[in-house]
Amino acid sequence: MRRTVQFTLNGERVEAQVAPHETLVEVLREAFGLYGARESCGQGLCGCCTVLVNGTAVSGCLYLGTLAEGARIETVEGGETLDAVQEAFIERAAFQCGFCTPGFVLMTRQLLAENADPSEDEIRHYLSGNLCRCAAYPEIIEAVKLAARKKASR
Amino acid sequence: MKRATQGIETNQVGRSVPRLESWLKVTGRAEYVHNLRLPGMLYGKIYRSSVAHGRIKRIDTDAARAMPGVHSVVTGAEVKTVVPDPYYGPAFHDQPVLALDKVRYVGEPVAVVLASDPHVAEEAVHLISAEYEELPAVYDEVEAVTSKAIVHEALKPAGTFPDLKHLKGVKNTNVALDFRLRRGDAAKAMAKAERVFEHRFRTQQVMHTPLEPLVSVAESTEDTLTIHTASQSPSFVRIEIARLLGWAENRVRVRVPFLGGGFGAKLYIKLEALVAVLSLLAKRPVKISLSMEEQFFTITKHASTFRIKSGVSGGRLVARECAVWWNGGAYADIGPRVTQKSGFTAPGPYDVQDVSIDSYALYTNLPPAGALRGFGIPQLVWAYESHTDMIARELGVDPVAFRRRNLLREGRPQATGTVMRDAAIEKVLERTASLIEWEKPLERGSGPVRRGRGIALGFKACIANTTSLAAVSVNADGSCTVYVSTVDMGQGSDTAMAQIAAEVLALPTEAVTVVHSDTDVTPFDMATLGSRSLFHTGNAVKLAAEDARDQLAGLRKELGLPADCAVADVFRKKYGMRAGSVLGVGNFIPPYTPPDENGQTDNATPFWMVGACGVELEVDTETGHVRVLRLVNVADVGTPINPRIVETQLSGASIMQLGFTLFEKMQFDAEGQLRNASLAEYKIPGLLDVPAEIVNEAVVAEQRTGPFGAKGVGETATFAVSPAIANAVHDAVGVRLTSLPLSAEAVFEALQRK
Repeated sequence: MRRTVQFTLNGERVEAQVAPHETLVEVLREAFGLYGARESCGQGLCGCCTVLVNGTAVSGCLYLGTLAEGARIETVEGGETLDAVQEAFIERAAFQCGFCTPGFVLMTRQLLAENADPSEDEIRHYLSGNLCRCAAYPEIIEAVKLAARKKASR
Repeated sequence: MKRATQGIETNQVGRSVPRLESWLKVTGRAEYVHNLRLPGMLYGKIYRSSVAHGRIKRIDTDAARAMPGVHSVVTGAEVKTVVPDPYYGPAFHDQPVLALDKVRYVGEPVAVVLASDPHVAEEAVHLISAEYEELPAVYDEVEAVTSKAIVHEALKPAGTFPDLKHLKGVKNTNVALDFRLRRGDAAKAMAKAERVFEHRFRTQQVMHTPLEPLVSVAESTEDTLTIHTASQSPSFVRIEIARLLGWAENRVRVRVPFLGGGFGAKLYIKLEALVAVLSLLAKRPVKISLSMEEQFFTITKHASTFRIKSGVSGGRLVARECAVWWNGGAYADIGPRVTQKSGFTAPGPYDVQDVSIDSYALYTNLPPAGALRGFGIPQLVWAYESHTDMIARELGVDPVAFRRRNLLREGRPQATGTVMRDAAIEKVLERTASLIEWEKPLERGSGPVRRGRGIALGFKACIANTTSLAAVSVNADGSCTVYVSTVDMGQGSDTAMAQIAAEVLALPTEAVTVVHSDTDVTPFDMATLGSRSLFHTGNAVKLAAEDARDQLAGLRKELGLPADCAVADVFRKKYGMRAGSVLGVGNFIPPYTPPDENGQTDNATPFWMVGACGVELEVDTETGHVRVLRLVNVADVGTPINPRIVETQLSGASIMQLGFTLFEKMQFDAEGQLRNASLAEYKIPGLLDVPAEIVNEAVVAEQRTGPFGAKGVGETATFAVSPAIANAVHDAVGVRLTSLPLSAEAVFEALQRK
């Protein structure tokens, strides 16, 4: 039943034995011990399970692990040091319990890759699929703006 | 930033230190029970009741047991082999680990399938069936008072908490608690009043929806049990599990890492008894992770009905009668405490001579209700602040001026008789009025979209009588470790506790680490709830740090070292090498006087929280849609330990309450079936719901009994949001809504009726 799936995970070539029903979140957790993408609503509505597949955000709780074959997978655990987005989230106090934070960080990375200087309205719309029950939303908006400035000055 | 508080030059307190766990959280490495896997672990999936009230005739688990990969199936009968009397709860021992004899709401746990593969366990749950003899059910809290449908045939008070000692067992009634307060003679004063106003308000049942759904893991040996759980109350869990099993407390260990949100959902005891029993039965570690859907069947916020009546003479409130019915669902959880603790503030922050309060906790056949960010206060403020506005407008008086006239001021007795101290009610009202620019004219619009402004003010007593202990270790190199059982669920308690210890020990906050709750290691703490931790545990940490500091001073003296000798040198001199540590301990329990039979006490609370909200909004009269343009939150939080974190608590709490005000609602059908148990159908606030402008302000204040002048803040900005919005809707379009939520449909229908 399980088949070998090969992909690039945070810059490294890897392979895993994946059952057909397993989601990407399960593969990351069971095979690689990565917990940054986490299932919460289980319906692809909250964004806690966000993973970048070939640079595009997907809901890892709905995305089948076997579809990772040959793909470039990025999770919040990637990177040697904090990037501009993570630094900005810390500096703007843009999280409380931290459960949704990896999803917001990845979604913000994708936003800034597409749009280096988003307006507040663009930020709100782009990140509207990520939920934060602690409601650190005003701080998240500020963090995204700060991250854009940080990236521009680097 | 340097400030002087209580005569001490401070460096660490009052500094907006970034959360100590920041790196962990932005890199996805923070520890949650959600992540935990143990060798040999089984996953449990729950089979739940499909009827609201019924006698269990038969549970058929054969097909599930026969499914390949299933380890076992457990029902209430198996639970009883481990725990003969398997009923738990903080106020009543009313909730069975798994249903026994009866089910009392749709979604109640009836059986559990265990398997190494959670998908197998889930699949097998679908193979279980049960047959019930259906009984009449009751869902409405007011009907429950007289209903012939009795949810519990007998009531079993737990006798756990000193403030709930008076709970009595009553037979054949759904009233779990009947709290009564009498001050003066409200009926007589009402009869003499120039004008009398009476209104009735309702709030809906909602859910906390922490994004880390409830999760617990238990591992056992022959005579020990370790529970890893997403809990706000590890000390309570240990005591309750030990009680159920008849074990000594030291054989039960409860560990709690970070929580992915709590808001009151993860309080007291939830899945812990179940995983404990399952682990003892299976002799393997057992994990139960609820889905988002299942959370709706586990714990909720009370729906309520509040009838409030006021007598007014010469623009002064002279009498107030309050009757509040709390819909507690099928199990009391902490509902009786909500009923009582919130009950006694039901007359609001006003100086009224003659008051009567009746507050009833009711059992119904709905999912249990407990504490949700405010312990009932948002439900009460919703009613009394809508009522206050309605009175002012009827009298033709400016609503702020009417409040000002009747305000409960410093030094005046509250309805319990307790004199108000360190409660900046007046300042909070004035700052809110000023920030929302109450006196300035408002451009109201003339087309289909109309603007309005509203204000509301609430207050809360902190829970009493509760204890917190703390230990502070200063290590041989001068670094510091804090041991507390306060749980950091996002409110920033780790950072605040570290700041308090650092302040006392003259260390940078970053040199302090906080050990997460582990009942084998960290000392007793009542629970992380009700905005109590910063005050109670914070005071305990301060005492413990002072004890450590004094011990170090003693060592310096003993060794003939100067007072400014570095800690590392003190230990080196003492032990001849790098060794040793000092351990300071702190035990904090504030004074409290239990209420008498009329609810009167000279000391109802260790401190008061005060929160007000100002709102400017627009209403689309063609759709009923309400859009909040400006949201002003003003609070008395004492002197903030970490101003930035305080601001995020105020802001976050207000946005959460915005959801409860405008759209969140658990919708039940006539059979008690919940129709919207998922984030697809139960909407919580997202980025597009956040008002364009939010202003948060902590007024300059000091809680003299708090650590460095501080007090709790987690709930304060929830209090006044709902009535401020309803008052602003009325201001905008002249319709008065008395039921939450203020959905577009509700506003539109009210506009049609106008």
